[in-house]
Amino acid sequence: METIEHTAVYEQIQPLIAEGHDYGSITDKISSDVLEKKTPKSLFLAFAVTFSLVMLLLFAVVYLLYEGVGIWGIRIPIGWGFAIVNFVWWIGIGHAGTLISAILLLLHQHWRNSINRFAEAMTLFAVACAGMFPLLHLGRPWVFYWIIPMPDTMRLWPNFRSPLVWDVFAVTTYATISFVFWFVGLIPDLATMRDRAKQKWKKIVYGMLAMGWRNSAKHWHRYETAYLLLAGLATPLVVSVHSVVSFDFAVGIVPGWHTTIFPPYFVAGAIYSGFAMVLSLVIPVRKLYHLEDFITTRHLDYMAKVMLATGLIVAYGYAIETFCAFYSGNRFEHDMMINRMFGPYGPFYWMLILFNITLPQLLWLKKFRQTPWLLFVMSIIINIGMWLERFVIIVSSLARDFLPSSWAIFTPTKWDWFTYFGTIGFFLTAMVLFIRLLPMISIFELRTLLPSSSNGKGQHN
Amino acid sequence: MPTVESSLHGIMAEFNTPEEVLNAARKASEHGYTRMDAYSPFPVEGLSEAVGFHKTRIPFIVLIAGLFGAVGGFFLQYYAAVIGYPLNVGGRPLNSWPSFIPITFELTVLCAGVTAAVAMIILNGLPMPYHPVFNVPAFERVTRDKFFLCIEAADPKFDQAMTENFLKSLHPAGVSVVEK
Repeated sequence: METIEHTAVYEQIQPLIAEGHDYGSITDKISSDVLEKKTPKSLFLAFAVTFSLVMLLLFAVVYLLYEGVGIWGIRIPIGWGFAIVNFVWWIGIGHAGTLISAILLLLHQHWRNSINRFAEAMTLFAVACAGMFPLLHLGRPWVFYWIIPMPDTMRLWPNFRSPLVWDVFAVTTYATISFVFWFVGLIPDLATMRDRAKQKWKKIVYGMLAMGWRNSAKHWHRYETAYLLLAGLATPLVVSVHSVVSFDFAVGIVPGWHTTIFPPYFVAGAIYSGFAMVLSLVIPVRKLYHLEDFITTRHLDYMAKVMLATGLIVAYGYAIETFCAFYSGNRFEHDMMINRMFGPYGPFYWMLILFNITLPQLLWLKKFRQTPWLLFVMSIIINIGMWLERFVIIVSSLARDFLPSSWAIFTPTKWDWFTYFGTIGFFLTAMVLFIRLLPMISIFELRTLLPSSSNGKGQHN
Repeated sequence: MPTVESSLHGIMAEFNTPEEVLNAARKASEHGYTRMDAYSPFPVEGLSEAVGFHKTRIPFIVLIAGLFGAVGGFFLQYYAAVIGYPLNVGGRPLNSWPSFIPITFELTVLCAGVTAAVAMIILNGLPMPYHPVFNVPAFERVTRDKFFLCIEAADPKFDQAMTENFLKSLHPAGVSVVEK
């Protein structure tokens, strides 16, 4: 098989798991990090900081519910503001997790086995953060269920011709499937945790979650079938989700939104920002938990290359967007682009170009792909850049629409910032709890990466 | 079946590598055993076939669930837009099917995906709080680094002494009797 030859060639460069590991040592390292290892002080510190931000979120949300969305900086014509910027940013971040777990599985990229669990957890929490924003932006979140199609006394039905309704279905499906995929992947490792745990209560908790999984060959057979099917289903799903998110814009007639390049360019941007977030999280955690044996510089290098590639697709998207604005001959599109570049939000546009397009070109250099701290800095830059992208698309387009008399300037209030930083806190708190309570690397999939596991036809997935 | 053996689940041999357990399963099958199961810390290619498990119904079940999601999803929107709450937007057709495609797709994936996971769990007989194989103390290493083959007492060819001897002839790292 071709894939095996590839693996063999790469293994001469650097193995995916450092030398000297066997099934036992992998299992012991990852399970004892959760079961035995004393919680590192820095993790407590991280929890203290991030949990404070969760409290800030709570504060901001409670005041929002009391007072209404007027506490945010949104004013007509800029009705979407931070809430939708953050929604698109978070949901985009989630996409890398599904890409790593599903698409790379189907493509036989075995290196994904070291990072897929981590990335899937990240997806789950990012989607949770994303989901909060449209809900809070409703103004009256407590009647959110009006958008769910069900017979009710008002005899109303949602308008299924609206991309905003598509969005609800896309995002809830995505959240559900991401959770299912993550949990199915966890079952065998929960059984591992159950068998490694020394305290009875831990055995009971992990045992209940593992549901009596016993690594039977027959079970593995069904398991692999189901897992592969889930991956096959999640692959078009992840593409559809951000396409639907981009329809929220592309189906509208606002200049700067009404363009067919949006779906592919949004999907590429989503993966771009998602890989950046995976790197921002993995690099510190890898150091803190000494996981360099499993998440090697080769892994970092691959992720950096995916970022570089998707970053170039995003650059192409920007170029086509600009070109079409001028080529279309449409006065509004033309003015929108001039305004985006040199108008009141011009500095943000150029910052976005610098952060998303110019600086990431350094990733062509091996040094930037393989030096963890440089890559970490780069990933933060890209995360900020991708946030700016959504800000520029949403705010600069809305701020100057068709009628100059209705033009306005959007200024975020402190409540906008509280909510935004609050969700970052929520996301990181969830990540901290995840790495403390569950095996953050898929143990059973890592076992298959060992050379001794390839029997006859080769590795699992 | 003799009453002495009814307190047994089977006899289990322990192996150190995937190749050994795969060989053992194939030999047991050649020897005429039909009721057995193998246990491994990760999926081993060909092992389920070697213990006589060839086909799972999961793909078919998932297909049906996906079709249900597609048809149901489209009908949901059709009902809402044409029957439940017809809304005339500039004289456009009520059954504006192109707009219904995204949600039809999402619901297809949702139904198929959730079914894949649930079908896997149910067909595997999970959750199962108790299983006899866990009575073997060495078995907890199946989730670490050991491979096991268990020939079950329900097998027509099962005979405690003979089966034990047979398993020993496969050069296992250990053989244990699995109590019910």
